[in-house]
Amino acid sequence: MADLLEVTDLHTQFFTRDGVVRAVDGVTFQVAAGETLGIVGESGCGKSVTALSLMRLIPQPPGKIVKGSIMFDGQDILKMDDDDVRGIRGNNIAMIFQDPMTSLNPVLTISRQISEALELHLKMDKSEARKRTIELLELVNIPSAKKRVDDYPHQFSGGMRQRVMIAMALSCNPKLILADEPTTALDVTIQAQILDLLKNLAREFRTAFILITHDLGVVAGMTQRINVMYAGRIVEKADTVELFANPKMPYTWGLLRSIPRLDESRKAKLVPIEGLPPDLIAPPPGCKFEPRCQYRRDVCKEKEPELKHIPNSKSDHEARCWGTQEGGWLVDTDWKREIGDTRLLEAIKQETASVTATPETPPGA
Amino acid sequence: MATTASTAQERAAELNVLARKQRSLWGDALYRLMRNKAAVGGLIVIVTAFLVAALAPLIAPYSPIEIPQNPASQMEPLWTGSKYTDPRYLLGTDFLGRDIVSRLIYASRISMIVGFVPTAIVFGLGVTVGMTAGFFGGWLDQALMRFTDIIYAFPDFLFLLIIVASFRNSPFGKLLDGLLLIFVAIAIVGWVGVARLTRGQVLALKEREFVEAARSVGATPRRIMAKHLLPNALAPLIVTAAFAVPGAILGEATLSFLGVGIIPPTPSWGQMINEGFPLFAANPWAVLLPAICISVVMLAFTFVGDGLRDALDPRMKT
Repeated sequence: MADLLEVTDLHTQFFTRDGVVRAVDGVTFQVAAGETLGIVGESGCGKSVTALSLMRLIPQPPGKIVKGSIMFDGQDILKMDDDDVRGIRGNNIAMIFQDPMTSLNPVLTISRQISEALELHLKMDKSEARKRTIELLELVNIPSAKKRVDDYPHQFSGGMRQRVMIAMALSCNPKLILADEPTTALDVTIQAQILDLLKNLAREFRTAFILITHDLGVVAGMTQRINVMYAGRIVEKADTVELFANPKMPYTWGLLRSIPRLDESRKAKLVPIEGLPPDLIAPPPGCKFEPRCQYRRDVCKEKEPELKHIPNSKSDHEARCWGTQEGGWLVDTDWKREIGDTRLLEAIKQETASVTATPETPPGA
Repeated sequence: MATTASTAQERAAELNVLARKQRSLWGDALYRLMRNKAAVGGLIVIVTAFLVAALAPLIAPYSPIEIPQNPASQMEPLWTGSKYTDPRYLLGTDFLGRDIVSRLIYASRISMIVGFVPTAIVFGLGVTVGMTAGFFGGWLDQALMRFTDIIYAFPDFLFLLIIVASFRNSPFGKLLDGLLLIFVAIAIVGWVGVARLTRGQVLALKEREFVEAARSVGATPRRIMAKHLLPNALAPLIVTAAFAVPGAILGEATLSFLGVGIIPPTPSWGQMINEGFPLFAANPWAVLLPAICISVVMLAFTFVGDGLRDALDPRMKT
């Protein structure tokens, strides 16, 4: 089956006064029709910028998509004119935003906001759009939808508003929905409901999803494949089961170690990833994760590894790491047992402490 | 058993929804406005003034312009009880013997029109310019805002006076007894404030997520401005409008008082003060009555403006 979305070598940069921020730096991935892809990474690693780039919603200036191509359904989104892109937004690709509290216009009723896409793309008239809006609200399980369509956003709770956002995204039956941290702003019980809803909708409508999150727990149950991003690059890609069973990149190990697990003894400590993500204006020349990696060697500092197939893993499992690639020193490492060089870990901790402390020292002290 | 429980639950949910009062943002604001006694009083005055202006030919006992055959000029209002009164003229007559009641009634037409027409132009222009500048930013913003700055830099009233005085004798200045020139002059002076206010609002609003959400469903810039930004920026704009109306009324009255406003014999309140002023010592009422009319209408608009401000943004209440 041909891929619905094919992103090749995408570079999105922000031109700021301090320099060029390479927010997305050569990202390549595909999404097949009906597939759910997870993009995982810390804050500021370029996940959201990737999503916004896909819809050409990067604020310009200062942002700019400098290089790459985004083939959607056989057309390059980056080569379209503004009108054509607007024809795709909401119609073929829809987006669910992170914070439902601020993503709805406070002075418009729910029905008017959901109808917007229907009127724009499907050219429905008011009464048709209203009927469809009620259907959509019922679809996302909003009780007494008929009465609530004329409510304002402030009359809805956070979880309800996110349901409204989902209804908005679904309104034109898009082929692809980008969900940017759809559950981050919600509390845990609601998170589960919303994820369930998304999962059912994905199955029912055969819509492809790109689920962007920093929470590996969220993607675990939802996605077929996962891309792990770090510092604007994809550092590991694999199918979901494989990634959790057999991760091959110290960054992914770090992410997995920092999730609390119910099935492990209480003595097992959570191990955070020390340090901070690199400055994207002047990223390290070698592996971007090297400064925070407790398994690092000299190569890591000098040259950046390619995203390559990894030995001892499934055929489509790729990672960007000198250690786990063919002939590396981490090929046989069991990440659960060996936390790496603890002295190195301490050194990194101290390094970051000193770096973060410097700006606070008053000048002249 | 289970089904009855669930239907009962559903019913409860339904009742809950029905019991809650549905109130939109605007409905809420209207409710707060109606609870404000001063604002309601102001509204009543404004509506009355409107009716008087609209029905002037029916209400006015005499012509406001024609000078009577045997003029009894400078009559005082009846209640003064002086010997210079005439039972035919309730509020007396002016220096040409014209009925002051009729003149006041007809003059209200000028004030009402001058209050609303320039304000409408001011808002049409100001909102368009401010919205465009704020939304698109960049060089367009720079160009538009520098232009508004230039106009803003002139002292308001002086600018108004200069425009009116210089075009008063041109053919355009004579249209509609000079009313058109006053409309345009007030609009030219006034729109910059609205443009700046709108731009400021838009700059803050366009960064909000719902604008991005609207973009992501494929809305055009024009649609985003009209359907998403404008309704959100409306509250402060309405308040500004409510204060702009009395400002325009006062502007016209002042111009007419200075003799560069409405071209006589068409009556306007400012005009009447102007005409009565030289004989103030003999008959102060010819000046006081139109002055009272101006004050009452201005006060009414100010009350409504205050009420609107409190109603639309309860946080601004002092």
